[in-house]
Parts: sequence; C-alpha cells; structure tokens
Amino acid sequence: MKLNLKIWRQEDAQDKGGFQKYTVDGIDGDMSFLEMLDVLNNTLVEEGVDPIEFDHDCREGICGSCSLQINGEPHGPDRRVTTCQLHMRKFKDGDDIVIEPFRATAFPVIKDLVIDRSAFDRIQHAGGYISVNTSGNTQDANSIPIEKDNADDSFYAATCIGCGACVAACKNASAMLFTAAKVSQFALLPQGEVEAHERVLSMVDQMDKEGFGNCTNTGACEIECPKGISLENIARMNREYLGASFSG
Amino acid sequence: MAGISKTSIARKFAMALSGLFLVLFLAQHFTINFTSVVSPSTFNEISHFMGTNFVVQAILQPILIFGVVFHFIMGFVLDIRNRKARSVSYAKFNGASNSSWMSRNMIISGSVVLLFLGLHFYDFWIPELVHKYVESHPDDPTRYYEETVAKFTGDPIRTGLYALSFVFLMLHLLHGFASSFQSIGFNNMYSKALKVFTKAFAIVIPMGFVFIAIFHYFNNL
Amino acid sequence: MTVLDSKVPEGPIEKKWTKHKNEINLVNPANKRNIDIIVVGTGLAGGSSAATLAELGYNVKTFCFQDSPRRAHSIAAQGGINASKNYQGDGDSDYRLFYDTVKGGDYRSREGNVYRLAEVSSNIIDQCVAQGVPFAREYGGLLDNRSFGGVLVSRTFYAKGQTGQQLLLGAYSAMNRQINRGKIQSFNRHEMMDLVLVDGKARGIIARDLVTGEIERHSAHAVVLASGGYGNVFYLSTNAMGSNVMAAWRAHKKGAFFANPCFTQIHPTCIPVSGDLQSKLTLMSESLRNDGRIWVPKHIKDAEAIREGKLKPTELSEEDRDYYLERRYPAFGNLVPRDVASRAAKERCDEGYGVNRTGQAVYLDFKAAIERYGKEKAFTSGHKNPGEEEIIKLGEEVVESKYGNLFEMYEKITDQNPYKTPMMIFPAVHYTMGGLWVDYNLMTTIPGCYATGEANFSDHGANRLGASALMQGLADGYFVLPYTIGDYLADDIRTGRISTDTEEFEKAEKEVKERVQKLFDAKGKNPVDYYHKKLGKIMWDKCGMSRNVKDLKEALEEIKELRDDFWANVRVTGKQGTKNAELEKAGRVADFLELGELFAKDALERNESCGGHFREEYQTEDGEALRDDENYRFVSAWEYVGNPRDAKLHKEELIFENIELKTRSYK
Repeated sequence: MKLNLKIWRQEDAQDKGGFQKYTVDGIDGDMSFLEMLDVLNNTLVEEGVDPIEFDHDCREGICGSCSLQINGEPHGPDRRVTTCQLHMRKFKDGDDIVIEPFRATAFPVIKDLVIDRSAFDRIQHAGGYISVNTSGNTQDANSIPIEKDNADDSFYAATCIGCGACVAACKNASAMLFTAAKVSQFALLPQGEVEAHERVLSMVDQMDKEGFGNCTNTGACEIECPKGISLENIARMNREYLGASFSG
Repeated sequence: MAGISKTSIARKFAMALSGLFLVLFLAQHFTINFTSVVSPSTFNEISHFMGTNFVVQAILQPILIFGVVFHFIMGFVLDIRNRKARSVSYAKFNGASNSSWMSRNMIISGSVVLLFLGLHFYDFWIPELVHKYVESHPDDPTRYYEETVAKFTGDPIRTGLYALSFVFLMLHLLHGFASSFQSIGFNNMYSKALKVFTKAFAIVIPMGFVFIAIFHYFNNL
Repeated sequence: MTVLDSKVPEGPIEKKWTKHKNEINLVNPANKRNIDIIVVGTGLAGGSSAATLAELGYNVKTFCFQDSPRRAHSIAAQGGINASKNYQGDGDSDYRLFYDTVKGGDYRSREGNVYRLAEVSSNIIDQCVAQGVPFAREYGGLLDNRSFGGVLVSRTFYAKGQTGQQLLLGAYSAMNRQINRGKIQSFNRHEMMDLVLVDGKARGIIARDLVTGEIERHSAHAVVLASGGYGNVFYLSTNAMGSNVMAAWRAHKKGAFFANPCFTQIHPTCIPVSGDLQSKLTLMSESLRNDGRIWVPKHIKDAEAIREGKLKPTELSEEDRDYYLERRYPAFGNLVPRDVASRAAKERCDEGYGVNRTGQAVYLDFKAAIERYGKEKAFTSGHKNPGEEEIIKLGEEVVESKYGNLFEMYEKITDQNPYKTPMMIFPAVHYTMGGLWVDYNLMTTIPGCYATGEANFSDHGANRLGASALMQGLADGYFVLPYTIGDYLADDIRTGRISTDTEEFEKAEKEVKERVQKLFDAKGKNPVDYYHKKLGKIMWDKCGMSRNVKDLKEALEEIKELRDDFWANVRVTGKQGTKNAELEKAGRVADFLELGELFAKDALERNESCGGHFREEYQTEDGEALRDDENYRFVSAWEYVGNPRDAKLHKEELIFENIELKTRSYK
C-alpha cells in the first residue's frame, strides 16, 4: 500500500520545527508502524537526507521507548498497543497519516519525534521505591503474606511502561495516571505502606514541579494506555494524598 | 486559598468540593422552584422564608457566593494552567476517540453557566436587592410567584436562553458530578451505582428547570 | 595457562562462597566515599549492581543508551526467575538447581560460579519481595511457582508474563533511592565508546552523549560492564533494537578476553519472519510448549500446497501430520530443551516440510489441548455428554485463562486467530551464553574491569535453561559483585580521584573521535542497515543453528569482506553534534562486524557439538549433539591481538568435582 505521511521535523530543542510531507510505497499489512518508518528512513538515507529520528528499542511493547502521536492519538488508532505493535493492516492504501511527537511542556522535543521524558524519571526518584537495603538480609519472602487481590492490583499498576501516552492523550498533559500507577504499586503492598504518606507527597510535589497539567478526569489516559492502567489508581492516589496531607 | 492552590491534587479536591456543594444547592433550588408548578402558595412561603431568614441570608448566602466565585475562579485558573502544560499544541488531536465532549469542554459549559448566572442575577437577585434594601418596600410574602412567572410571560427569548443555559448545565454536570467523586478519591464498590445516580441527576435536575420555565411560559400565553 | 586464573576458592563446593567472602579484603565505609565506580548498562545486572554499590557508600555513575535506566532489555523477559526456595516441598535444593544448570549448559560452565548462583538464588526472591516486586501469589497470600523446561521441580517465581519488567522496575526503584540520595549519577542517552586504562587498570570510559553528540571523559576506580549480550550480531533476534556489544567489545580490544563467543541460544518458539523488511523477532513464551503440539505436514506435497495458500492446516488429517518432536523424543516430547527443539524444527524446514509463505515455520497446535481441557471442564461441571461445539467453547476458555495474553499478542502481530488455526513458530536468536571472560570475582582479564549478567560468560555453559538469566543478572548485581569488588578496591583507598586530564584519557578520546569521523568520511551509498542485514544473514546461514567447517570458513571470509566494504561504502547521514540514530547504529554494527568474525572462528575451533553449538561433523547416528569431553572440556577465552581472526586462544580447563559428566538424552 501507498501512504501519505505528514511528519514533524525539528532539528533540535531550539529549532522551531515544522511538518514535512513524504510518501511511502510498498507497505505490507504485516509490517509494524515503526518498520514502515524504517522503510521511509532507508529511502531518505539513500537520498542523502537525514532520516526521521524516533525513539524505539524492544519493539515488543514492553520497554516503553516508542511514542508518536498518530492521527491525533498516542500510539495510533489501535487499542492496548504501543506504536511498535501497531500494524499497518490498520491502515488503508492512500491513507493520510499525521505523525507528531507526544506534546507536553514537560516533554520537550529533542529531535524530530524524539522527546525528553526524564520528568517521569524524576518523579520516580522522588519516592518511587521502598527504603530497603539490597544487602539480602531481609526476611523470608513468604513471611509477608499478601492478599492475592492486592498483589494482583499492585501488579497491574506496576505494568506501566512509562511511555507517556497518558500525558500525550490528556488534553491537560497531566501525568496523574503515571504517577498514580507508581504510587499505587507500592501503596497496595504492606512493604510499601510504611512510607506511603511521604512517598505520595513527594511524588506529587515533583509531578507538579515538572509542569504537567491538572487532571480533569476525562479518562482519555486510561483508554489510550497501552497497558490499560486503570483510573482507579488516580482515585487511590487522590485518597492517599489527601490522607497524607490531613494527617500532616 | 493559598494553601489550597498549592498542589494539583489539592486544587482538584477543592474544585470537587465546591462543585459538590453547588450540586446540593442546585437540588435545593430546584425543589423550591418546582413548587411553583404545583402550588404557588407553597412557593411563596418558602421563598419568603429563604429571603428573610437570618441564617439563610447572613450565613448560607455568603457561603454560597463564596462557593460560586471560588468554583469559577478556580475553574479558570486550572484551565489556564492546563493550557500552559502543553505549550505547543497538536496539529491533529483526536480527543473524541478517547473521551467525551463534556469532559473536554468543562470550561465552555461552565462559561455558559456563568453567563447565565449574570442573566439570572439581573433578573432576580439584583431586583430582589433593590426591592429589599434600596426601595424599602413593605414586607410582602406573596409577591414571589408572580414576579417569577412574570419573567417568562410573553418572553420566548428569555425562556429559550434559560432552557439553553440549562442544557449546558446538564453537560457540565454529566461530567462534573461523577468526576468530583473521583477527585476526592471515592472509588469503590459503590462507584458504579453512584455514577448512574450522578448521570440521572445531571439530566433530571437541569431538565426540570427547563420544564418549569417552559411550563410558566405556556401557562401564561 | 597462567594467564587465566579462575580464582575459585578451595574447599567443598557448598563452603566456597562463604569462605571466599570471609577471606577477601573489605573497604571501610569511610573510604568507600572516596571511591568512584562506573556501571555501564542498567538492566538487571547493572541496575542491581549500581544500587547496591551506592548503598554501600561508593559513588556510582551509571550509563545507558536508553532514555531511562528502566528501559533496558531485561524488561522484556517473560517467563520467570528460578530460585531453590523449595516452597513447593518437591525436593528442590541448592544442589539440584546447581546440577540442573550445569547439565542444562551441557557441562561447559564453571562449577564454583554456578553453585554460588544457586546458593544466592533464594536471597534474590526475599530481596525482591522486600522491594515490593509483585510476584504472583496464591489465594493464601503466599508466593506461587510454575515449572519450566528441563527440570523436575517447580522453582520458577513469576509475575504473569512480565517477570523481567517487574524485576527490573524493582532494581530501578533501588536505584531511584540512591539517585535521590545523590549516590548514583545516572547518565541516560549515553553510550560507552571506549574503556580507558591507566597503568593497565580500568580507570574510566569515554562516552558519547547521544543528545548533544559530545564525547565525554568519565573516570572511576573500577568499571563494571553490565551491557548485555550480542544476539543482535544476527540482525534479527529477540533482543531490543539497540542491544549491542560495543562496551564489551571495546573492553575486549583493550585486553579483556572474550569467552565462548559461539555459544548462542536459539529459542524455539518465536513468531516467524514475515518479510524482508522485518526488524525484530518476537518471542512466544516457552510455557506454550506445555500444551501446544508441534508438527509439520508428513508429505512434501501438502507442505507445498500450504505454502502456496491452497491448503489450510486445519484441513490436514491426523495421519497426514508429523509430530516430529513426539516421534523423535518420546520421553520428553514437545518439552525437550530449547537447543534440541530448535534444531529439530530447522531440520524439518531444511527438508522442505516448512510452512508459512517462506517455508521457515512449523505449527504449534492447541487443538488437542482445547479438546482435552474442554472435555475435562464439561465433565467437572456435571455435563457428562457434551457436544463438540460445547467442548471447544469450554476448552478455549481454559486455554485463554492460561495463555490469553500470549494468544492476543500473537493475533496482534500475525492477524491470525490461534484458537482456530495453529500458531506458526520458528526458532530465533535469543540469548548469548558467551561473553567477557571473568574470574570468580567477576573481574575480566583487565584489572578493575568487571562484567556481570549476560555480558559475562560464566554461568550457563553452552545452553541456558529457562528462567535462569534473570537469576544470574540479579545474583551478580545484588549479591556477588558488591562483595568481590571490595577485594580489588581495598588497594585503592589512597588513590584519590582519578583525573581525566591525563594522556590516557586524551588518547582514548582522540581515538573515539577519529572513529566517529571515519564513519562519516566513508560517504558511501549504503545505509547502515544494509550491512547489518547482510551480516545477520551470514551469521544465521553459516553460524546459526547448525554449523560446519566449510560454512564457517566461508563466514570468516565473507564477514571480513563485508567489514571492509562497510568502512569504504557506508553512508552515515546527519551530524555528530545532534541526536543521530544512524551514527549510533553505525558504531554498533562496526563492532558486530568484528565480533562476528571471532564468533565464526570460535565455532570453527570448537570441534564438538554441545548445547547451542551444533557442529554437523560431530553428531550421533540419529542426529544428536556429540560432545568431546576429552579434548574440549574448556572455556575458550580469546585475546585480541589485531584482527579478530588472529585472536589468541587461552583455555580455562573446566573441572568437575561434584557432577559426573554424562550425555544428555531426551529420548
């Protein structure tokens, strides 16, 4: 199939950037969206043009490197997939596709479609851990029984791949779903309860400092999240946060 | 106010609480208005009580005014902040694919309601103040019904505007009411039922207001 | 032989590690504050090392090419992590885990290291639980286990199909704690371009900031390489696109010996290649072989018809199918180890029985399992005479509850419904057992340069068992290296900060800059991928699942030619001073083009078949691997002397005092 692409090009963080139009041909439905971009890039290199820069690594939907706002949706029109798992069979011959970087003030563009998501890392530095030494002198793993439901919920929150689709989808560029997933993962476990108050306060504080928007509960993040992280986590974080604030 | 505006979640929380408070007020307002359809004398009685009772006038009314003003100012503050969180906007943003129009346009529905409040104050509150404090009329516990009905009598434009505003209020509530529970962290086994209730409330109450307006309009043709 | 001292302590195997820990030198806490350590790579091995070293008080700098340490490819591991906890009470023990690992590795790993791995395995689980890793649990609240290929006990801990992700996030959270304390400085989007030696000791690295292109000098008292494996030398593999050998290869060129490069694991159940433009292969978990039956058509004409799309697999009757694993290995059937299953699939496809458009795939069929589970389910729910439709419906539900996410992933990728038509699978490069040679302390042959995780060679011999890679990465990082590195650093307490303003750093930086410039200067016509794909094809065709002298000799020549062509005709676009993915790839492929040659040479020199290394000349009558313990019971450690093919072989003899060498049989 043949596709008309409109892709955001930007030399570096300082550059203003703009859209460029490209056409790719010979695209097979079994190819992934990123493989389609590979094809385009190889043609560009052969023509001596700088290829389009985009983040990607594992290409199996788990590392969270790939991003891309495709026709106005993070990771494109398919649900529960990252861009690397979006297959071209979701498009038709002759389709127009607009490809932009995830947009948020807290995610500045580095080059073309590559963005800087280190704000997410800083939120995790602020409290995304349980303060236990790694010396191995801990108690036996089975001495802390954990209710299966809580363990499962903690796991589901922990499946977040940190891709930033939640921020990209949110009309307010809010990072609440990401932060909530990180807070919930620990808040649901007895090991994490001890520091729960301090954790939620400092992570939310960092989230605010990074310049993400406020959550207005549109729910777009949950729908676009490739891992389907639930909005319940946001409610939980709100609860945790208010509890922590009121108890001082 | 300074403390509340400090962090995103606290702001959200304050927004939700003030919203919930306004929802309560709305329910109360609707109940009183509805009596105008059933029994003009009851309507007059309650209106008179509300307009003259010390607690309502001196304590509840200022709280309400504060609630309204706070909700609007905070709403605009949040919207401005949220716009700043995405300094370069998308060329293509397909919001409809993942969220409702209502949830994405609270600022629009809210602004329409704000404009309506202007009209409403012009129609009722300001005349009421003038009546009570400027012109110092004698106490008349039976005037409310007629004054209310008079506003809609022979005025299809006002009635229409009134109805349209309440449609926007409905849109505002369809997202806002349920959303406020999420904001205060209420999410448990009752959430589903609660959501149904909030949606029903968001439709029934504003449409009830519209019904009352249209009722009086047609009743006095 | 004197060069290679494995430093395995004397004494009975179960006492070695404790004894060693008691005897090695320590650095006192006040002195640790004056010592810097560089960790390259932030996967399970690197992330856990960095966190633990920082916690002990060392100043740690981590480097990863990804935009966050949490994206390292350990994150993609699916199945689980082994530990000899014996929670199931099925007779597991440290010895049994040790034994299974050595046997699974076809007796080409070092006993002392493997025993230590088994010994600390339980600790890993305790540690991870304390850190908040949400392992799967039973309703009673205790940890659940599953069983994995090649062993007789249930010792695998897991978190659905995302065990690697959860463990890596655990290690990353431990890192976060240290980053927040200021003990770890994390350099993301940075690539190690070279190792810097001062007076023969590893004292720093040259790194490129992948965003600004700046070439930076970083010094330390020791350098830990936790940069993963080199499976991407095959171009198509289950590795991440960015996974590369640069850090390890640069260290090799500076004097670190490279051990057993030809030991590569080819995983039998991956989604087959769909076209020439494919960039990556996706693994389907080994657990599927518990219920899936592997087959190809019995008659070549049927295989041809299927390839042409004229025949559907579901239309083929039972007697026209060849369940070749069940036929060849009646005892283990579809659950033979990875190396055996992979070779058998290749054999069938080479004979022309392969399916898929390409003829490079076999079927993994769940029909029998669906029927079996369906009947069982109907029976237990009191339905004694269920119709066929109902059986299938119930059976599909059971299969969905077990493998739902994998089936969904398969359907997303291939657009075929695996409940209705058999899955197609084919072996793919997955893991490299070979790597930098290290002693018992995990130090390479360069003093002060350590290698952990997949980057070293030590624990898996010639074939790795499922769920053991995560175990090794974390064992090295949390529990081994933090102790052993102190033994070396104890001599460095008075050294003071290492200056980067020295001749050695200057020279290394200059060389890196020249190499980068040389890549731009070629100004040829072929994109980097062109060379990577060609290299991958040579490796796959001639150094892949089965190897022979002729092919390997050809590969040696072809790789060299390709390398020469690369340096003359590659086209690297863009600039050095910005983010430039083409330049990054070019640097990595340049190293693969050298490693590939050493790989072929190692395979050529190892005149036996063992584990993942199958030499056609050395096989039993019925086509099984034929080991030569008399002549090849050693680790091949290669010293770089100029050209990869001229590398000098050093042998570390493998001594088996606790395990009797046997032929692996799965018949």
